Amino acid sequence: MLNDHSPQAHDIMLLWWWMLGAGAVVLLGALAMLLIGYITRKRPGLPFFGTRESVPQIMVLVFGIAIPAVVLVVLFAVADVYLVGKTSPPSPKSTAMTIHVIGRQWWWEVDYPGTGVVTANEIHIPTRTRINVVATTGDVIHSFWVPSLNRKIDMIPGRLNRVLLYASNPGAYRGQCSQFCGLEHARMALWVFAQPKAQFEAWLHGQERLAAKPSTNAERLGEAYFLSDQCASCHTIAGTPARGDVGPNLTHVGSRATLAALTIPNTPYWMSKWIANPQAIKPGVQMPDLGVPPAQIKDIVAYLESLK
Amino acid sequence: MATVITPAGQRHVERLEKIWAPRAGVLGWLMTTDHKRIGIMYFFTALAFFGAGGVEAEIIRTQLMTPNNHLIGPQAYDEVFTMHGITMIFLFVIPMTTGAFGNYLLPLMIGARDMAFPRMNALSYWVYLASGLFMYYSLANGHAPNAGWFDYVPLAERAFDPGNNIDFYGYGLIFNGISSTMASINFIVTIFKMRAPGMSLNRMPLFCYAFLATSLALLFALPSLTVACIFLELDRELGFHFYDPHFGGDPLLWQNLFWIFGHPEVYIIILPAFAIATAIIPTFSHRRMVAFPLVALAEILVAFLGFGVWVHHMLTVGFATIVYVYFTAASLIITIPSAIQIFSWIATIVSGKPQFKTPLLFICGFIVYFIIGGLSGITLAAIPFDQQVHDSYYVVAHFHFVIFGAAVFPILGGMYFWFPKVTGKMYRERWGQVSFWLTALGTMVTFMPMHIVGIIGMPRRNWTYPSGLGWAGYNLSETIGAYILLAGLLTIFANLAWSLWRGEPAGNDPWGGDTLEWSTTSPPPVYNYPVIPTVSSPYPMWDTADRERDNRRLERGEGLMELGHQTPSSTVQDAELEEVLEMPSSSIWPLLTAASLTAVFASLVLTHYWIAAGFVVVLGCTLIGWHWESLSRHGVMAYEQEAHA
Repeated sequence: MLNDHSPQAHDIMLLWWWMLGAGAVVLLGALAMLLIGYITRKRPGLPFFGTRESVPQIMVLVFGIAIPAVVLVVLFAVADVYLVGKTSPPSPKSTAMTIHVIGRQWWWEVDYPGTGVVTANEIHIPTRTRINVVATTGDVIHSFWVPSLNRKIDMIPGRLNRVLLYASNPGAYRGQCSQFCGLEHARMALWVFAQPKAQFEAWLHGQERLAAKPSTNAERLGEAYFLSDQCASCHTIAGTPARGDVGPNLTHVGSRATLAALTIPNTPYWMSKWIANPQAIKPGVQMPDLGVPPAQIKDIVAYLESLK
Repeated sequence: MATVITPAGQRHVERLEKIWAPRAGVLGWLMTTDHKRIGIMYFFTALAFFGAGGVEAEIIRTQLMTPNNHLIGPQAYDEVFTMHGITMIFLFVIPMTTGAFGNYLLPLMIGARDMAFPRMNALSYWVYLASGLFMYYSLANGHAPNAGWFDYVPLAERAFDPGNNIDFYGYGLIFNGISSTMASINFIVTIFKMRAPGMSLNRMPLFCYAFLATSLALLFALPSLTVACIFLELDRELGFHFYDPHFGGDPLLWQNLFWIFGHPEVYIIILPAFAIATAIIPTFSHRRMVAFPLVALAEILVAFLGFGVWVHHMLTVGFATIVYVYFTAASLIITIPSAIQIFSWIATIVSGKPQFKTPLLFICGFIVYFIIGGLSGITLAAIPFDQQVHDSYYVVAHFHFVIFGAAVFPILGGMYFWFPKVTGKMYRERWGQVSFWLTALGTMVTFMPMHIVGIIGMPRRNWTYPSGLGWAGYNLSETIGAYILLAGLLTIFANLAWSLWRGEPAGNDPWGGDTLEWSTTSPPPVYNYPVIPTVSSPYPMWDTADRERDNRRLERGEGLMELGHQTPSSTVQDAELEEVLEMPSSSIWPLLTAASLTAVFASLVLTHYWIAAGFVVVLGCTLIGWHWESLSRHGVMAYEQEAHA
C-alpha cells in the first residue's frame, strides 16, 4: 500500500502521512515535557512559571481539551466527511463493468457477469477503468483486500458488498484475504492483473471460449482420466461433461499464473505435486489426496496445462 | 506518617488479632474470605496464565520469525493465537487488575476491613480459577478454541468447526463471566458503601474512581458477551439459527453482540492501569494530582463513552457510510477524556519533584506507549484509513501498544510499587531500572515494526507468509523484540522473587505514599487497620494531623470496632457512618459452589445435559448450605472463650 497505484490508495496514503506527521508532533511534545520533568526533577514547579498552581491546570485544559478538540474536528472533516466518499462503494452508474468475487475456503472465484467467464484466484481488469466489485462468500467470512489499489471489503454470508477497483497503471497487484477464515487463511491470496484495454479485451475473449480440445495423445488420455476420475465431480471444464462446483473452474487453468490461491506457481512440476498430494502442500485444503497413479498424473497435467 | 502503636494501643491490637485470626494451613487458604489472601491467590493464578499466554506469544513470534517457517502447522497456530488472546484478556489482565490489585488494595485505600461480600469474593476467585483451567484443559487435549478470541461466525459454527474446540470457548466465557460479574458487583458496592467515614466521593482516591468505572463497565458489558455465547451454543448444540442467514439469522449479530462487549472491554482493561498510574504519580512526584476533579470525571466518562463506539470494529462489513460516520465521531470524542488524563499525569510529574524510581519509570513508559497506541487508535477512526489497514498488522501494533504498553506496564510498575506493602520487603532498585529499560526496548522492537508491515499489506492471524513481499525483515525484528521483552519480564520476576527471599525490610511507608494503605503495617494485618481511619482529603497519608489523631484514638480505644468481624458502612455520597457491619468469617462453601458450577459446565461441554441438570441441583444445595451457615465467627468465638476462661 505504500506503493499506491490508484487515486483511492494514494489519497489514503496521503491521509496517513499527514496523520503520522501530526502524531509525531504530539508524541515528541509529550516526550519533551517528560524530559523537562526529568531535568527539573530537583525543583518543584514548572520552568518559567514557577509553582503557581493554575499553570499546570491550564496546561491540562489546553493540551487535554482545546488542542485535541480542534485537531479532531479537522481530522473528522477531512477523513470521515470529505475523503470517505473516495472509498465508499461506487454507484453502479459510475462504473464501467462489474466483477463478482466469491470467497471460498481458501480460494477466490471470479465471475465476469454477462460473459460466462469464470476464473479463480486472479482478476484481470482494464487500466483506468472504474470497476464495481461485488463481493460475497460461499462459506465463512473472508475479506477482499488489494492494498495498493483500494481499501478492503468483507465478504459476509447473506450480503452482497461492493467495493471500487481501479488501477492507474498496468501491473500485477497482490491481494490477500484479511479476515481469519480457518486453517489456510494465510494462503488465500490473489493477483489483480491490470492490463491496457485492448489486452484485457483479448484476454476476456480468450476466456469466453470453451476449453481447448486435447491435441496430443497424452492430453487425450489426461482428459479421459480427468472425466472418469473424481476430478470432474468437483471441477468444471466448460465444453466437457465436467460440471463440479466445489473447486475452481479449470476451463482455462493453463493460462493462470499460480495454483491454490498463490500457494504454488502453475508449472507442470508443481501441478503434478499438487494432484499427487494437495494436503502436503496446503494442509486442510478441500481437495483430498486422491491416490492417482503417477503415470495418470503426468497425462492429466499435460491436459490441464494445455487449457490456455 | 505511619501508625505508632503504644503499649496502651497494643492491648486493642492483640484483641483484634485474636478476633480476626485466620485458620491455619492450606485449609485457611481454601476457606479464606480475606480480600488480601484472595488478592494474592488471584495474583499468582493470573501470573501463571500470563506465563502461559507469554509462552503462546513466543511460539507465535518464533513461528513467524522467517517466511514459510514450519515450526508449527496452521492447526496448532490457530489454537495458540486464539488461546493467547483469550488468556491475556480474560485470564491475565482483568483478573490481575481487578482480582489481584483491586482486591488487595481497594479495601485498604478506602479504609475498610474487607470487601462488601467477602464470601462472594472467594467464589469469584474459585470460579475464575476453574474457568481458566476449563479452557486450558481443552488446549492440553489439543481441542482448544481455534477461531480467534473474536470467534466470528460462521467459522465458529458446527458446520465449519465440528470438534468441541469452540464449545470450550462458548461455555468457558460464560463461566468466566460469572466470576467477573460477581467481582464487579462486589467492587461497586464496596466503593459506594464501605468507605471509611469522612471519605466522601470527592475525597475518594482516583484509584477508586477508576475501579468504580471499570466495574460499572464490566457489569453492563458482560451480558452482551454472555448472550452471544448462549446463542452460539444454541446454534452449535441444538441446531438453532441465530447466526445463519439461510434461516433468517445474521452473522453480523455475533459481531454486534461481541463488540458491544468487546469495546467497553478495552476500557475495562485500561482503566485499572489509569488507576495504578494515578496512585504512583503523586507519590513519586511529591505533589497532588493536577486537575483532580477533571481526571475523576474523565475516568468515568471513558467507561461510559466506551459503550457507544463498538461499530468501529466493523468498518469493513459494509454498513452504510452514515453509520460509520456516527460511530467514528463517537470514537474520536474518547480522545478528549484520554488526553485530559495524559496531560494531567504529565503536568503532575513536570510540576512536581519527580523521583524516577522503577514504578515511576514504568508509568512514564506507560504514558509514552499509551500516547503511541492512542494516536494509532485515532488514525483508525479515519474511516478510509481504517478500511485500508483493518485486520492487518497495523491493528495488531495498535492494540498491543494499548494493551501491553498501556495496560501491562502499570501492572508491572504497580508490582514494584506495592511489593514492599504486600511483602514487607524492598526490591532491588538498580535491577528494577534495568528490567524497565529491557521491557521498554523489547516492547518497541516487537510492536513498532508491526505498523509498517501492516501498512504494506500483511494481514493478521496468518500462520505463515511468503517470502519476497518485503515482510521478512520486520517480522524478524518483531521476533527479536519478543525475546528482549521476555528477558525484561524475567528480570522483573527474578528481582521480585529474590527480594522476597533476601530483600531489606520495607517499613510501613517506604515511598511517602498518599493513600491509606501506607499507614498500616507491611504486610497489613488481617483486619487492615486497628482504628477505622479518619479521612479529610483524597491524600489521607499526607494529612499528618489525621494520622496522629488515629494514633490517639487507638490509645483511647475509640473507633476500634472490635466486637467481631466488624467494619463500618457509610452513606454513598458523604460517607457518613451508617452502621457497623458484621463480616462473615471464612467458609468452605464458596469453594464447593465453584466446584459444582465447574461440574455443570464440564457436563455441558460433554453434552450430558441430564448430568448437568443434576449438578445444577448440587449447585443449589451448596447455595443452601452457604446461607444456612450462620455468620459463625471463628475469631469472635475464640475471643469469647478466652474471656470466659
